[in-house]
Amino acid sequence: MNELQKILADSVNGLLAERVTKDLIQKAEDGAWPQALWNELEANGLPRVLAPEAQGGAGGTWADAAIVLKAAGRHVAPLPLAEAVLAHWLLAQAGLAAPDGVLTVMEGDFALAGGKLSGTAPRVPWGRNAAHGVALVGAEVVLAPLAGAAIAQDINVAREPRDAVTLKDAAVQSASVTLPKNALRLYGALIRACQMAGALDYLAEQTVAYANERTQFGKPIGKFQAIQQQLAVLATQAAAAGIAADHACASLNKGDAAFEIAVAKIRADDASSIATSIAHQVHGAIGFTYEHGLHFATRRLWSWRAEFGAGAEWAESLGRETISRGADALWPYVTAR
Amino acid sequence: MQAFRFDLCELPGETKGLRDDVRAFLEKELANVPAVTRAQTWSGSDLEFSRKMGAKGWIAMTWPKKYGGHERSAFDRYVVLEEMLAAGAPVGAHWIGDRQSGPLLMRFGTEEQRRKILPRVAKGECYFCIGMSEPDSGSDLAATRTRAEKVEGGYKVNGTKLWTSGAHTAHYMIGLFRTHLDPQNKHAGLTQFLVDMKTTEGITVRPIKDLAGKSHFNEVVFQDAFVPDDMMVGTEGGGWNQVTAELAFERSGPERYLSSFILMVEMIRELEKRGGAEGAREIGRLVAHLVTLRQMSLSVAGMLDKGENPALEASVVKDLGAIFEQDMPVRAHELLGLEPTVGAGSDYEQVLGYLTQTTPSFSLRGGTREILRGIIARGLGLR
Repeated sequence: MNELQKILADSVNGLLAERVTKDLIQKAEDGAWPQALWNELEANGLPRVLAPEAQGGAGGTWADAAIVLKAAGRHVAPLPLAEAVLAHWLLAQAGLAAPDGVLTVMEGDFALAGGKLSGTAPRVPWGRNAAHGVALVGAEVVLAPLAGAAIAQDINVAREPRDAVTLKDAAVQSASVTLPKNALRLYGALIRACQMAGALDYLAEQTVAYANERTQFGKPIGKFQAIQQQLAVLATQAAAAGIAADHACASLNKGDAAFEIAVAKIRADDASSIATSIAHQVHGAIGFTYEHGLHFATRRLWSWRAEFGAGAEWAESLGRETISRGADALWPYVTAR
Repeated sequence: MQAFRFDLCELPGETKGLRDDVRAFLEKELANVPAVTRAQTWSGSDLEFSRKMGAKGWIAMTWPKKYGGHERSAFDRYVVLEEMLAAGAPVGAHWIGDRQSGPLLMRFGTEEQRRKILPRVAKGECYFCIGMSEPDSGSDLAATRTRAEKVEGGYKVNGTKLWTSGAHTAHYMIGLFRTHLDPQNKHAGLTQFLVDMKTTEGITVRPIKDLAGKSHFNEVVFQDAFVPDDMMVGTEGGGWNQVTAELAFERSGPERYLSSFILMVEMIRELEKRGGAEGAREIGRLVAHLVTLRQMSLSVAGMLDKGENPALEASVVKDLGAIFEQDMPVRAHELLGLEPTVGAGSDYEQVLGYLTQTTPSFSLRGGTREILRGIIARGLGLR
């Protein structure tokens, strides 16, 4: 991290640590929308970390974005910060001006004709709260106002809004841009991989802290080797997910990163399965209660690991590409990336 | 809490030419070497190959020229190492001297020791073994009992070292001996010595067959073996700290996740014929882990290059790397179901036969999984 990135990390983590309280998350899980927090994030320019300075953005790189996305995951911010970061980037890629207000991304089956968008996206993060959604139709980045959209509300396991959004002949703005195949799924996987890395860091820290506090048999349970060995595994898994996400972001700065994004999502998925299990085991019964906040992170990891393609889905496409390149191409390919 | 840090580290662009050179060299050298032989990677040894590497300047790459080194960057060295391992080159003979004992002498050795020994290591002509473990001292290294007793002009060594890889071919051992016993502080009183394995009297090297019937490692018995004063490495009683520093080198390299790489390549070759979603998913997962481990390993290399101490990060890479390496034959078995073979069979079947039997050692050598996780737990503030 350079100096500016350290400042960014301190400020976004400081802000979210202070504002995203247990109370705020619980209310959000009960259906409340934290508008004041959204306003504050916007005022700090966080959703626009990747937007060009000419459009009021921070003009940041994906390495900067990774800091914001990891923080969003670490603090389980209950609003579409990660989605907005991606939406702003897509709009900027297409040269479309970004609107103010809540912005999300819509992965779905849409048709665009004569400036009108029709179709449905089945699980739009905070579709009910967003003023605009960004979709991809072929090579077109589309900015759609959601005021007139039909919204069927749903939630994921973490009780984050995942709404079916249906548009019919909605007047939209669009511009074409060169993006990889299934770009929204790809970049969606990247923002989730970053959020998961942040949430995994939190799990490691929280679980170590708990093991140092909780006393049984006359000493903190973290003094028992059986617990120490588990915590070491948890921390190494978090570290692996973290560098895989960073690697994907760094690659995207340089150009095509489809390979590294698949790697990051697979690695985050695998890490999440191991880490959530250890975190709960070490926390014991208290971690299984709603009262204790551990599940805010673990339930998100269980949802996020499947969103924008589970590890298995990405692994299959990565594996097919690897096999089709041939056995002897594996090492040259890995080292040339 | 930020117990450990893995910053991204990109290899400098100028390493590409070197990588191409190494590949061209290996393509020629390994053209007729069967996959099952290449699967031994850094356990395989070929003195002629080591000398060729020395002539190429690919041993002792980062060392000062006055010790026969080439004053290249840590990244150049990293590129050579990972290419050797990925191709399955027989680097075992010079490996320990290049990775571990040379750097140790550079740090703690006398000028005379360095000038006498290091240039020969750099040429690929002088090999090392490490005398650490003993019958009653494995993970508990401070329980070392082999004694070095002060006598006129040197030390008289008595005791037994165990699991000493390459002791039968090595010119020197770096031995960890007890020069002083303080029952209250067993970490004190340990001292490292250079032992001339070719000329010292009173040393018996007995090969130990591993479960696959191969003899890489040995029992080394010292009976009144005389080691001169000028063969002490570092300070008397400073052995524990020196060994700890040495182990950071031993745990940090790409060899800690690439030991089963040849099997991964052969799995893909099988799947090229078979196709199917299940195989693709498995390979995709393995690729994701491979790429991530490489980034973690590069991150450690970057820290070494900056003169930082990545002992903790190296333990993380070795722990995750061993899981990956040991998982490989299990994945292969579940996916392809072919029988592991010895002697006959396809490349895949033979490599599977070799690695199925070898992988148990991957989480034992260079620090057991449990010891590494203990080190990580200490880094997390739990101990």
